Amino acid sequence: MFGYRLDLPLADDATGRFLSLIIGLMVYLAMLALAGAMALADLGQRWETGLSGRVTVQVLPIASAPGAPVPTPAELTARVSTVITMLRGTPGVIRAEVVPLAEVAKLLDPWLNGALPDDLPVPALIDVVLTGTPALDLRALGAHLAETVPGARLDDHGRWLADLRTLAGVMRAIALLIVALVCGAGMAAVVFAVRTGLAIHQEVINLLHVMGATDGYVAHQFAGHILGLATRGGSGGLVLAVLTLIVMSLFGGEVGSGLLPTLTLGSGQWLLLLLVPLVAGVLAVVTAQWTVIKSLAALP
Amino acid sequence: MIRFDNVGLRYGNGPEVLRDIAFELPPGSFHFLTGASGAGKSSLLRLMYLGLRPTRGTVILFDQNIAQLPRTALPPIRRRIGVVFQNFRLLDHLSAFDNVALPLRMAGFNEGQILAHVGELLHFVGLGDCLNARPSTLSGGQQQRIAIARSVINRPRLLLADEPTGNLDDGIGMRLIYLFEELNKLGTTVVIASHNQTLIEHFDHPRLHLESSSLRVLPRRGTRMA
Repeated sequence: MFGYRLDLPLADDATGRFLSLIIGLMVYLAMLALAGAMALADLGQRWETGLSGRVTVQVLPIASAPGAPVPTPAELTARVSTVITMLRGTPGVIRAEVVPLAEVAKLLDPWLNGALPDDLPVPALIDVVLTGTPALDLRALGAHLAETVPGARLDDHGRWLADLRTLAGVMRAIALLIVALVCGAGMAAVVFAVRTGLAIHQEVINLLHVMGATDGYVAHQFAGHILGLATRGGSGGLVLAVLTLIVMSLFGGEVGSGLLPTLTLGSGQWLLLLLVPLVAGVLAVVTAQWTVIKSLAALP
Repeated sequence: MIRFDNVGLRYGNGPEVLRDIAFELPPGSFHFLTGASGAGKSSLLRLMYLGLRPTRGTVILFDQNIAQLPRTALPPIRRRIGVVFQNFRLLDHLSAFDNVALPLRMAGFNEGQILAHVGELLHFVGLGDCLNARPSTLSGGQQQRIAIARSVINRPRLLLADEPTGNLDDGIGMRLIYLFEELNKLGTTVVIASHNQTLIEHFDHPRLHLESSSLRVLPRRGTRMA
């Protein structure tokens, strides 16, 4: 492999072919899992940027006091205007706009499955954009609005965002766990292949040992051989993973909605993915060296 | 050169295969190691080339107490010992050249030096035309010469041979011992394990004789057979 001269006939071992295949598969899976983790991180970031700095104020069509009549549409519009005026007068608020009824109807469409009934008491929604600096006391603002305007409620999306953050975090952790497990499985395969090689070539290794070979010399032989296998397998896994990601990116772009993670990776992320076969090679070589050195310690 | 004091060796929990072995080989000496099959000749040789550590006793090699040295200190000492094995133990996946070059590669010589030294030695032993031949394609005599070339390529101070004439007829065996004598004259200490009585009697060298797991040093007779 690469013109590397081996004193041990490792190239003829059947385990080598399987190891190459296993490393290729591990690189493929690790790259996909890592791409998934990065896509989820991006999604979390998009949620953060999309929703942080925004709040929604609902004005519910409820009575101003127990026993009072339900507000008419004109009264509700007046309440909405009051809220908007209050919001626009609050330092830290950039914009406060009523969400048109047609958009509200669109949001409710999945649940109502059709046209919005006229008699359905739909709350008015006000989309509020905040500067972020200075940080606004949303709790106080919400309390103030609720006291001043009956039925006014401020939703800072905090709970929803926190749930999504947790979900994205868990998914990312699972993806990274998969990467770690794949690494572990790959290293176990290398240990197995090296131990098999040590057993098969025990006589030759004993001969080299008697002739004055250091443990490092023998370990270097195995490491060179494993590096060749890892490079071959890793290259195959890399090509396959890149093709898969490109296909997923193309299909994801067509069917994806805003919530689903799209696989549009930046150049830095691609670079990180391309490092996977290199890391796999380094891990395989280090594991092989460590296994050989550990095993040869039993020799006199 | 070599000193064994009260050395014992047992494999696992078995009985001692070597017991109270004590001898000293001065630098530049030539000894035969004799004894019946199973007497422990190969085990004693393995102790001498550091393929085994004794169960008890002291082994002094090149003025160093082997028992007190860490494992990592042993490879440089092993490189000062040449070993010719009974079945040559050549690596069949390597060419004749690469087999002979092994000790030099392990010692860290560069490829230029290796090319010069190995080529010269293989020409010297008459295998200049077989540099790239695999051992399995060569005759027993040629394989033997490769094995000897491999054992002396790094100019060992101690040369050990385990039944080197075992598979050879007496004529070729004699020539081999003459070759070892030539190396001995250049200063190499030589120990040859053999049970070939004809050869041993032909060459007048002192003997290390193993019997019932114990060793006796038998001096030279003072005459050499014609």
